Amino acid sequence: MSAKPFLKIDHVDKIFPLGGGKEYVALRDVQLDIRQNEIVSIIGHSGCGKSTILNLIAGLDSITNGTILLEDKHILAPGPERAVVFQNHSLLPWLSAYQNIEMAVKKVLGEELSNSEIRDHVMKYIQMVNLDHAKDKYPGEISGGMKQRVGIARALSIQPKVLLMDEPFGALDSLTRANLQDHLMRIQMQTGNTVIIITHDVDEAVLLSDRVIMMTNGPEATIGEILEVNLPRPRNRLELQHNPEYLRCREAIIEFLYSKFAKEDE
Amino acid sequence: MVSKYVNPVLLPLLLLGVIIALWSYIAVLIPGFPTPGEVWSELLVVLSDPIYDNGAGDQGIALQLGNSLARVFGGFALAIAVGVPAGLLIGMSKNAYAAMNPYIQILKPVSPLAWLPLALFVFKEVNTTAIFVIFVTSIWPIIINTALGVRSVSEDYLNVAKVLQLSPFERVFQIILPVAVPFIFTGMRLSLGIAWLVIVAAEMLTGGVGIGFWIWDEYNNLNYSHIIIGIILIGVIGYILDALMGLIADFFDYRKRGRV
Repeated sequence: MSAKPFLKIDHVDKIFPLGGGKEYVALRDVQLDIRQNEIVSIIGHSGCGKSTILNLIAGLDSITNGTILLEDKHILAPGPERAVVFQNHSLLPWLSAYQNIEMAVKKVLGEELSNSEIRDHVMKYIQMVNLDHAKDKYPGEISGGMKQRVGIARALSIQPKVLLMDEPFGALDSLTRANLQDHLMRIQMQTGNTVIIITHDVDEAVLLSDRVIMMTNGPEATIGEILEVNLPRPRNRLELQHNPEYLRCREAIIEFLYSKFAKEDE
Repeated sequence: MVSKYVNPVLLPLLLLGVIIALWSYIAVLIPGFPTPGEVWSELLVVLSDPIYDNGAGDQGIALQLGNSLARVFGGFALAIAVGVPAGLLIGMSKNAYAAMNPYIQILKPVSPLAWLPLALFVFKEVNTTAIFVIFVTSIWPIIINTALGVRSVSEDYLNVAKVLQLSPFERVFQIILPVAVPFIFTGMRLSLGIAWLVIVAAEMLTGGVGIGFWIWDEYNNLNYSHIIIGIILIGVIGYILDALMGLIADFFDYRKRGRV
């Protein structure tokens, strides 16, 4: 891994004005370097500003103080090099699964690709999430897990430098969630994407991540600890159950969330 | 199970019998009130030659209805042409909303007929006046529902547009309009219904030709059975218009195509 950070979050504050001269300091002095091809998860209690960090990286929200640099370029607005997978999939319900991906591909890569290349490109990502059979279905006709797979395929199809995932599996049942986590790990090994995942699920964080970023509670939330997960890939959830490193990471996060920064009324 | 097949046919027929009985009784009470039988035979006469034209003031029922429909569609089309862009603007821009909302709220409750004398003074011509009145009738529900449709576009879809860096033009056509179209059609359906109500009153005032004029003219001719025929035909056509708009609205509504 290169010494130079791929994505650099440098002394970032995020302050929301509340009106009447009051303000809410959501994030204070957040400092994080993310390496290329890394999977990083950001975990914390609700209200710790973890989604705010993601929105700042995505450019959907503006930074109050500090800078975020992607390959030395300032992030000032949203862009397709930072694709987002939203929690509630946010597929356009009037387009089929295929058309949802095609729309993104046409917009971002349409000038470089011919029509048949666009078709091949869309199909490649549909196959990557094993949805050939459902490609012509509309979002209203497929399950929540399939919708999220289309969302992931759409995000990856525009070949982003960073894939941002905002609690991507939070709305799914645990069996479907496990299935999608496996999909994500397999795809990331194929594509080598840099992935940032917001989560509140301890097992998900350990299973998926190279590093787990633990956030303190808001207001003025910041990074509390950073945990390296030294587990080889590909990872298998069954084999990990009794793995000492897995258990160590799990305990460290639980210790952080429920002892050092316990929060009532979640 | 049997009653499910019988009810929608038998019950209205039963009620029709009651209505005809009551109606006949009223015709006995009020001398000169047309009986159901008279109206029926007159209806056959009126419908047997619907397109005769003996010059101004004496034309067949189809011509009267056709003129009314043409005015309604004219004013309605103008209202769509102006109202949909205006509604898109108000829905997308808080400033446009702030600027225009007070006037919409004040003008919306004004009876369209209040505009009629002013329109007659400006246009000095009956047809244009009627079309203008229908335009004023139709535009408010279209503007309001279009703006509502635009505002109901979910933040998530707009975030997708931002990440993909869609241009404002692409955002309107690929994200906002697909969401807003069902709302726009709801507004159009409301508008068309009200327009069909208003045209009758407007034509009673403007005269010349049209179903409203025809009814008023038959009152002056003491031909009361024609008034009842007019009422029935207006109702039937209004029902057909509404049903057609409903079908068109469903066709353009992505939610009604098995995709909820």
